[in-house]
Amino acid sequence: MLDGILTGLSTAIMPINLFMVFVGCFVGTFIGMLPGLGPISAIALMIPITYGLDPSTGIILMAGVYYGAIFGGSTSSILINAPGCSSTVVTAFDGYPMAQKGQAGKALALAAYASFTGGTISAVFLLVAAPALASVSLSFQSSDYFALMILGLTAVAAFSGKGQVLKAMLMTVLGLMISTVGTDRSSGVERFTFGNIDLMDGISFLLPAMATFALAEVVMAVLKRDHMKEEENEADTSHLGSMKVTKEEVKEVAPTALRSSVLGFIVGVLPGAGATIAAFLAYGMERNLASVKEKLKFGTGSLRGLVAPEAANNASSSGSFVPLLTLGIPGSGTTAIMLGALIAYGIQPGPRMMVDNPDVFWSVIVSMYFGNIVLLILNLPLIPYISKLLMIPRTVLVPMILFFAITGVYLVSFNTFDIYIMVFFCIAAIGLRMLNFPMAPLLLGFVLGGLMEDNLRRALMISDGSLSFLWERPITFGIMVVTIFVLIAPIVQNFLQKRRSEEQVLAGNSQN
Amino acid sequence: MKRTDNNPAISNQVFSTTRRTLLKMTAVAACTGLFAVPGIASADSSKAQVDSIHFLIPGGAGGGWDGTARGTGEALKKSGLVDTVSFQNLSGGGGGKAIAYLIETAKQQQGTLLVNSTPIVVRSLMGVFPQSFRDLTPVAATIADYAALVVRNDSKYTHWDQIVADFKENPRNVKVAGGSSRGSLDHLVPAAAIKEEGLDPRALRYIAYDAGGKAMAGLLSGEADILSTGLGEALEMSKAGQVRILAITAPERVSDAPNVPTLKEMGNNTVFANWRGFFGAPGLSSEKAEEYAKVLGDMYQTDAWETVRSRNGWVNVYKPTTEFTAFLEKQEEQVGTLMRELGFLK
Repeated sequence: MLDGILTGLSTAIMPINLFMVFVGCFVGTFIGMLPGLGPISAIALMIPITYGLDPSTGIILMAGVYYGAIFGGSTSSILINAPGCSSTVVTAFDGYPMAQKGQAGKALALAAYASFTGGTISAVFLLVAAPALASVSLSFQSSDYFALMILGLTAVAAFSGKGQVLKAMLMTVLGLMISTVGTDRSSGVERFTFGNIDLMDGISFLLPAMATFALAEVVMAVLKRDHMKEEENEADTSHLGSMKVTKEEVKEVAPTALRSSVLGFIVGVLPGAGATIAAFLAYGMERNLASVKEKLKFGTGSLRGLVAPEAANNASSSGSFVPLLTLGIPGSGTTAIMLGALIAYGIQPGPRMMVDNPDVFWSVIVSMYFGNIVLLILNLPLIPYISKLLMIPRTVLVPMILFFAITGVYLVSFNTFDIYIMVFFCIAAIGLRMLNFPMAPLLLGFVLGGLMEDNLRRALMISDGSLSFLWERPITFGIMVVTIFVLIAPIVQNFLQKRRSEEQVLAGNSQN
Repeated sequence: MKRTDNNPAISNQVFSTTRRTLLKMTAVAACTGLFAVPGIASADSSKAQVDSIHFLIPGGAGGGWDGTARGTGEALKKSGLVDTVSFQNLSGGGGGKAIAYLIETAKQQQGTLLVNSTPIVVRSLMGVFPQSFRDLTPVAATIADYAALVVRNDSKYTHWDQIVADFKENPRNVKVAGGSSRGSLDHLVPAAAIKEEGLDPRALRYIAYDAGGKAMAGLLSGEADILSTGLGEALEMSKAGQVRILAITAPERVSDAPNVPTLKEMGNNTVFANWRGFFGAPGLSSEKAEEYAKVLGDMYQTDAWETVRSRNGWVNVYKPTTEFTAFLEKQEEQVGTLMRELGFLK
């Protein structure tokens, strides 16, 4: 293996490859920042360019674009509440409130550090344990994925801090319902398509994500303007704030970054999950681990709520290279495109890749270290300039966001119907937001719902309709136990606290 | 939806391919077509039979239709048979959107070829979209991809008969994975093979995944025993060294995979080819259709086509105009019968 690492290192430090890491990260960050245009669009754009290059160089470039885009996606999530790509939707939950509080600089810096941590940690894992992990990822069956999605749903608690438990639950259910639109794979039957061929393929996650965040946000800004004084509005967000992160803050978020990186990597390795799921899961986990007081901060600008998804989505993007390179299985649309590119080079990813093309295999992994360093160097000094976006007068910024959000969504599917759906969602979202319904649980339900149902249906079919897989498969059972613990723990905690305080009262009484 | 709504799609997506980009066709094929590649007009147009062809692709980038259209375009352009080729992706409605678009704008689409495959028959039978191949002008089927049954390297199955035996014992023993919904080709093919044995195809357990890669992961994780997919994809998967192809549905062994037996050899007469081919707009004159069919037929003789074909593991199957229509009618009947037996059609 050491041989391999050295081969990889010697390939990766070739000037052309270093240059490509730089180009990839730069282009990726830039495209990722545009709302709606995510890693898939970014990589697709680079493919024609990579064909003139060596296989290693080409793949290094594409990998750079990939994590660059996820890195860049967080910027627009934080600054304008318009997720750059679906995996950075969660970043907006706490990142945008921070920006609104005048801490945009700090949020961007923290996001950069967290992404760096996530990327680096998973690159280490990838280097050390890629082949071993590949076999682990293969042991995951449909029932295990189902359990994982249920665990993910417990994250709904994270969005129901301010006495909105019922509203958050309602929105989750609504999200689950929307996820059933389209052709049901297990029976081939169309559901809730109303005979419309455009609804047949279901609704892409990007549509509700962009509609409820980017579009609803700008429209709300315009609507509010009628009531509020203009200056107030402008002063609110145009303030960049300090980029400095204090020692206490580092101490607070360091364990979060580590935990979330590990979680993100593991989720990334599974071919059935992905960066978006990883971000949601990490956010939920962090909220579940937080103390009662800290929990209230989630959704209003919690540092931990910002760091968790950022570390997780970057770790997950590196993790997804495990099934791609060692098994030849693409876990996501993005890695599917990269698989196509590798095959066109005459390189067959799979267990033999390490033997047949060791230079490509190892240099891609080694280049990930460089990539993460480049991203950090590239992003930190640029933050003040990027945040200048906020200085743009709203009269310019609002139409710009609208333009990018709508074209971004259109460029993914080339179907105008998607724009209508987005507008429809936007109108519904504005209504719901005015009634104080939280939007995040809707997205959580939507993103987990489809996967949860598909996997449950498969698990049931495999076990002939029996629910026995819930306790017969150790992985499923393990995850379900954790889920139940996560659900019960706060109730028990609450109960104990109440009793303790009652006892104290009683004790106080008896002393008198 | 008004037809004008679709017009921006054209200007956005049309590629003018240059020789250089054509050399890198797979590159373009995988590209979503977001950004137009500026074209340099080919100087060598002396032997061009057709000035230009515009390919309409009813699905997104990277899919089978996309690869077929862009591969064909590459070969036509590189061999000089056609001067200019351009491509347009229009996804939605399982391909129905592009068909509707071609019909609505038929008058302006005389130079357009729509790429399609067996699903146009299956989906129109199922009523996914109201149109059928009869609403278009069939130009030619050009390639075929046989179906393949894939198993894990360490699978106990080495012969189709073992699967049949297990199925006879208890249909629940045999779980077939596929990367598309129930009722799609991946499902219909193993069902047809079971029916061929005189068994009940409805009892077959088909486990649907949302992509070929995930179905492959399902096979490797052990939750399914057999993976049903196209030969092209199966060959790619087997190269990674973890799975082997048990059988294919070709009438005889194919040259790209001489070691893979056919179901026929194993005593099951299921022969099935997922054809891919091209359609013109409704009302396309028969001379024009013949002209396109001829240029596609001449393409087989070129080196450029051979490069594309072997890279993708396609099999040449040429059925021009009237022959194509007759074939489609026959397939519609065949597939319709099977789908009725499976309960997908009443």
